[in-house]
Parts: sequence; structure tokens; C-alpha cells
Amino acid sequence: MDNWHQVTTLEDIPLLGSRVVVTEQGDIALFRTGESEVFALYDQCPHKGGPLSQGIVHGKKVTCPLHGWNIGLEDGQAVAPDVGCARKVDSKVVGGHVFLKL
Amino acid sequence: MKKMKLVMVGNGMAGVRTLEEMLKLTPDMYDITVFGAEPYPNYNRIMLSPVLAGEQEIQDIILNDLDWYAQHNITLHLGKKVVRIDRRNKLVYAEDGTMAEYDRLLLTTGSNPFILPVPGKELEGVIGYRDIHDTNAMIDAAEKYKHAVVIGGGLLGLEAANGLALRGMDVTVVHIMPWLMERQLDKDSAGMLQASLETKGLKFLLEKQTQELVGGADGRVTAIRFKDGSEIPADLVVMAVGIRPNTALAESAGIYCNRGIVVNDTMQTYDPSIYAVGECVSHRGTAYGLVAPLFDMGKVCANHLARMGIARYQGSVTSTKLKVTGIDLFSAGDFTGNEKTEEIVLHDAAGGVYKKLVLQNDKLVGAVMYGDTKDGSWYFQMIRDGKNVAEIRDHLLFGQSHLGNTGHQGQSSAAAMPDEMEVCGCNGVCKGSIVKAIKAQGLFTLEEVRKHTKASASCGSCTGLVEQILASTVGGAYTPQLNATKPMCGCTELTHEEVRKAISQEKLLSIPQVMQFLSWTTPNGCASCRPALNYYVLCAHPRVARDDPQSRFINERAHGNIQKDGTFSVIPRMWGGTTTAAQLRRIADVADKYNISAIKVTGGQRIDLLGIKKEDLPKVWGDLDMPSGHAYAKALRTVKTCVGSEWCRFGVQDSTQLGIALEEALWKMYAPHKVKIAVSGCPRNCAESGIKDVGVIGVESGWEIYVAGNGGIKTEVAQFMVKVKTSAEVLEYAGAFLQLYREEARYLDRTVHYVERVGLDYVKQRVVEDAANRKELYGRLQFALQDEKDPWAKENINQREFETLTV
Repeated sequence: MDNWHQVTTLEDIPLLGSRVVVTEQGDIALFRTGESEVFALYDQCPHKGGPLSQGIVHGKKVTCPLHGWNIGLEDGQAVAPDVGCARKVDSKVVGGHVFLKL
Repeated sequence: MKKMKLVMVGNGMAGVRTLEEMLKLTPDMYDITVFGAEPYPNYNRIMLSPVLAGEQEIQDIILNDLDWYAQHNITLHLGKKVVRIDRRNKLVYAEDGTMAEYDRLLLTTGSNPFILPVPGKELEGVIGYRDIHDTNAMIDAAEKYKHAVVIGGGLLGLEAANGLALRGMDVTVVHIMPWLMERQLDKDSAGMLQASLETKGLKFLLEKQTQELVGGADGRVTAIRFKDGSEIPADLVVMAVGIRPNTALAESAGIYCNRGIVVNDTMQTYDPSIYAVGECVSHRGTAYGLVAPLFDMGKVCANHLARMGIARYQGSVTSTKLKVTGIDLFSAGDFTGNEKTEEIVLHDAAGGVYKKLVLQNDKLVGAVMYGDTKDGSWYFQMIRDGKNVAEIRDHLLFGQSHLGNTGHQGQSSAAAMPDEMEVCGCNGVCKGSIVKAIKAQGLFTLEEVRKHTKASASCGSCTGLVEQILASTVGGAYTPQLNATKPMCGCTELTHEEVRKAISQEKLLSIPQVMQFLSWTTPNGCASCRPALNYYVLCAHPRVARDDPQSRFINERAHGNIQKDGTFSVIPRMWGGTTTAAQLRRIADVADKYNISAIKVTGGQRIDLLGIKKEDLPKVWGDLDMPSGHAYAKALRTVKTCVGSEWCRFGVQDSTQLGIALEEALWKMYAPHKVKIAVSGCPRNCAESGIKDVGVIGVESGWEIYVAGNGGIKTEVAQFMVKVKTSAEVLEYAGAFLQLYREEARYLDRTVHYVERVGLDYVKQRVVEDAANRKELYGRLQFALQDEKDPWAKENINQREFETLTV
């Protein structure tokens, strides 16, 4: 059964940036958009496994640092014409605290 | 608010492209209705020739299927010809009585083939060559009949003739002029073309005028008779003598036409509610029949339909490429010449190569090429850009230097490559897959090909090849992006230069300010424009503007070079390639402590430690106790040196000392791309100064400075800029050149690209001849560098960047 876990505060994720959450299931990339929405994806690009957490965040997308694929933050889907999907992790922000459902 | 109604009459490439461009700008402004006279959705008309030649099927050339229209809520009336426009009540009527109301009407009625007014023109078996219907008629005829005559030796006629011959017909091309394709070719190249088409089995009758078409008892054409009385058999006659803008509908509605529907620079007709684009249009007295200009028109028209009101169409320069497999032919611009123009010609009749370049006032205005067209796109780009070619005139005819272009087996001519040969060595894309994608996806631009196939999307060294493949696949539809007006990225229409100018003149100090002032179309840019803007803002306002780490590529945020497994590499700085026993000991200790298994000596005379985890980077830097080598940054990398006069028996200058001085003065200098410098102590040039951004070579009487060399993707030998006497002068000249590059180059252009664009003469003028300007440039560089810090020093590290979280 998945539970909500607090991992950090909103303030501790840079605006248009990300943090890495180390878990037993693998690294999770935690993103904060320009409008302070928070999204989480497993930290692996569907292309060649690049660390999405290290990419540039723009709009609701992140650009993988290895070969420039654009991945949608909301659903983990690669932007066309590329095809692939990074696994999504549910996240929420309550009172400035960031939670992941794991 | 009620939506406006947009009706489009004509369902061809220009019109649908206009809709696509408009939907990108404003997806919901209009309720859209489209009338098409043909029973097919929008298809790629320029691919009819490959269909006729049997290289493709009709279903392969559909560009927008019915789903596309449905997805965009477009009401589509296929097979319905609009016959009347009621301008007063803003209504259009189709033949079958279907009626539609409009607020804006877009006429894209295209053109009709011109049918010679000769007796017998209405006989069965006499057709034009324009659409799927004509193509099918030709394919049918090829199965049943033997003799085909194509009237018209232009582009379309030759493609039709070639296709019919491939389908087994005995084909004669009849042409009224003394040589083929007289609008695209001069006499010499046309002769070579004719000879090679003759070897494919085509026959030609030149300077022949048609008197009449003779019919049989069954009403089908049987022969063609000429004015001189001669006659040849014909079971199929294809008229390819030109097209006429289809203005019948517009004229019947009283819209002003003059060899086309007359439009202004916004594609508006004399009725302000009615726009027109495509082959039906006459713009500044010209009607265009090639796809590229029509797409330009579509883009402008979309902008006005979307009520943005800023775009203008100012006419197009066109190019031609014959799509006959095995024949390489290209022409662009004005190549006939006049008393004001000069010509450069290469004519190798036996080798089957002909090239003619036409110049006016040191600018290229036209080009014709036969047999070897690999530089066609390059010439066309220069014609469009109006580039001054005085400096490269002596080798212009020999094309772009492909020296050192690697990754495609030394090939520089796409035509000679078999389908399975790899074009893009970075992404493993072969020629066949590129051609397939262009045809199947309906791609027209280099950007689109890059997006869909990844070919030339990484290092870009095969760009020229991909352009050739694109040009030969889509023919005249291919137009390289105008260099001078190329937008920065998809987030803006503005060029790098326009953005830089605004940043400096309007004192824009941050990326959000730039985006707001220049009306960026995305909320916070993309991975392509953000790093560029960050650099531009910092370069224009040093020590005032604040750096935005989130707009830097990870390498410049983590100050290491990210590797394929997500680890980083660390290269400490070794001034001028010199080190000490103590440094080497520390490096060895770090390697042991962090289990670094891969240690590599780099080409820039330094040591690379690989496989370091991101969270270990600050500790590794601390233990090394050496400055950052910036081997990950768009910045000064290394100054390579030879040992020089202190030890070498040939050395005439102390290159090591000068290298160290240059590196100490310029390290921490960020730039549009990486910068590499070398200093050699004598002309034997052991430090390889000839392929560096700034290469210095010691001679007995001083130092020679070379600039804009490159050793990577595009191997380019550095060009001599100036000779000076002292080390201090080397610093000032090199620094001034680099500051000029920093201030004027586009982000991600190396010095080689920058100097190619502005010309070495300009650089010399600003850096060598104008001493005051040189001192100012160097002064600005020194000012900018004063505040730069070593990113590896403990006090400058942003710890949060390197810390991970846990649950």
C-alpha cells in the first residue's frame, strides 16, 4: 500500500529546478516549475536512461541533459516526434511541504 | 464571444499550410470550413512525379488525412467546387448548392495547366499534368498505349516524360525553345541534361511548334502534326507548357486580378475580408509556381488572419532541382546575367560537370549546376543572404570546404550515396530512412528532418548532406532558412542579433525581463534559448546582471562534464599544460580515495578524472586544491603550449611562459562556445596553433596571431590576423578579438562560424586597424573578468546543488 511521505519543502527545490530523492526503488527527480507546481518522475529518460533531474525545466517540461529529449512533467511522456515514457510518481504540496506517494 | 467564420476555397498545399500556421498561433479564433474541388484531402503535389515514376503510391503522399481536419474541427467539403462568391452578404456557393458564410475568406484556388489552343486539344488522351487525376490517367495510358508525346521541355514536362518512359512508353518531348528548361538552365547545362536524358531513352524535338493534334475514329488522339508539316504518332499527349493562376472564381466576384489575384504584402486582396495565397496569387507582379514561396506566403497570411498584424511578404528567390533519379541539376536566382554581372564558369564536358556562378557587386546573384550539385544549398543560402563573397571569390566555385567533415565515410555528395549508407554518424541514420521520412511525413525544412529523423541533430557535421537529400527529394520546395532572419528558437520570431541589441539598449538585466519585453511566446523559454539569454544578459551587463544557474546546462551548474551514466568528469587547470610533482601526488591521492578507475590525459595537456558521482564533486575539488579547468563550460578551456625556447633547440620564443600568461589573463572567461588557445615557440608549430580559436606562433622577430581555427566538427585552418612584437601585445590583440566574438557571436557559434559570418576583414578592421577600439574591447573584457570567481573554490559552491534527499 502506497503512503504519502514528506521529502522536502517547496522552498528547498529551486524555481525552474529540481532535487533528487534517493529511494530503494531508485532515484526520483522532483521538479518545480516556474509557477511553483511540483512534479515527480523516476530519474531516467526513456531514451537512454539519462538523469532527468539534471535537465533544464521549462513550461511543464524538462529537457534531458544527455541527448535533448523533452519529457512532459505531468505524465512523463516524451514530446513528439520522440516516443517513450518516464514513470510518474504522485506528489503534492501541503502548507509548503512536499510529499511523494511511495 | 461568437467565433468568427473562416472559409477556405481550395484544399491544396499552400492553403492547408496557412491553416496550420494559423492554428499554431490561435487554435480557437475561427470556425473553419474548407472546400476542395478534388476528392482527396491535402496531398503533396510535388510528389506526383515519383508516383508517376512508380517510386511511390498515392496514399504515401497524403499530407493531412481526414483525421487531421476532424481533430481541428474543420468542416471539409471534398469534391465540391465553389462557383460563386456573394461578397455583399459574405457567402460562398458550391456547384451542388452547398453554402457557407464567412467573416474571412481565403482563396487558394491554385493554378490550371495551360492547354495550347490548337485543333484537337479536346481529343481523348490529351491532358495536362497537375493533379492525382492526371497522374492516374497517365498511368492508365502507359498500360494500354505505346507512344507518348510531352509538349513542354520544362521541369514538369521532363519529370512527366521520365515517369512515362519508366512505365515503358516511347516518349518524345516537344519543345518550342532551342534548349530544355530555358528558364532554369543556360544552353551548356541544358545540352548536358538532354544528352543524359537521351541515354535514358527519351527523344527530343526542339524548336518545334505544334500545328494540330490528329484524332482517330474513336475520338482518341493518334498523332501530333507540326507547323513544318512533319508528324509523329501519339496515343497520349501531355501538355506541360506552363500554368495559369486560377482566377476564374475571384474574377467572377469582381475581385481585382491581373495574371493572378492581386494581393498586397499582407496577402490581402482588394476586398479586405478576402485573402489569397498560393499559385493563384499575383504579388508585386509575380506569380510563383514553386512550393517554398507559397509556404512563405502562408506564414504571412496566417499571421494576419490571427490578427497579429506584423508579418510582411516581400517576394522570394527561388531555386530549382529536377527530381529525375540519377540526374543532378540545380539552379537558383538570376543566372542569365546582364552587362552588370560577372560569371565564373567551370565546364568539364567529358566529366559531366558544369557550374556557373553569376556575381554582381561582389555578391552571388545566381547559380546553375549540373552533375555536381552538392554545394547548391550553400550557394542558394548566399544568394538569399546577399552575402559579400569578395574574400572567398578565388575558391567560391570549388564549393564549401568539407575538410575534416567526419562520420559519413568522407562522402560529400548525397546523390552518390546508396540508400543504406550512413549519413549521420552520431545518430546512426542512413540515407534511405531520411528519404523515407521526408516523403512519408511530408517534411520540407532541415529543422523538420532533424526533429523526425535526428539526422544532423547532434554534431551537425552532416548538415550539408542532409540538405542535399532534402533538396533532391522535394525539389524546388526546399528553401534554406534565411540566415539573417533565422529566429533564435521556437519561443520567438526574433533573431539572436535583435535579442542582443534589445538586451543592451533597453538594459534588460534578467531573463524574465527579456522575455517580457520581447513578448516571448513561452512562459519560461526552452532548453535552447534560456542558456543563450543567460549568456547574453551577463555579457551585456557584466558585474551588474545576476547569473541564473537554472538557465545553464547541467555542466555549468555542476561545474563538471556529465557522462553517459550520469557521473561527472573532473579536469583541474594546469596552467599552460604545466604541472608539479605535488599536484600529481594530490591527483593520485584523490584517485585512490574516490576509487577513480579511469584517468585520462586530454588533448589539451591536462588530466581527466572520470566517473565521479555528483555528490562527491565538492569534496574532490577540495582535495585536489587546484582551480577549475572549465573543461565542461562554454568558456576558455585550455592554452596548449610547446616547451619553447627555454628547452627546445629550435624554439625562438618562450611559448610556455606566454601560454601561462594568456591562461592566467583569460581563465574564467565565458563565451558563446568553448574557446581553445595554443602557443607554439616556432613555426614547426608543435602546439597545433593552426586549428585553435586563437593560435599564436613565435617567430624570431615576434609573434604571429591566427584566429578562427577549429579542430572539431568542422576542421578549419586558422587565418592570419596580425603579427606583433611583444607578449603584452599578444594579450591585447587576442583579448580584443575574443571580446568582439563574445559581444557579437550567436550563442553556440564557435569563432570559426562567427568569422565566416562577418568576414576576416571586418575583424581586422575592429581589432587590428582601429587601435582605440582594440583597447576598448580589451578593457571591457578585463572589466568583465574582474568579478569572475573560481567555481571550485569552497566559498563559491552552492551546496544544495550537490545534496540528495531521502524519504
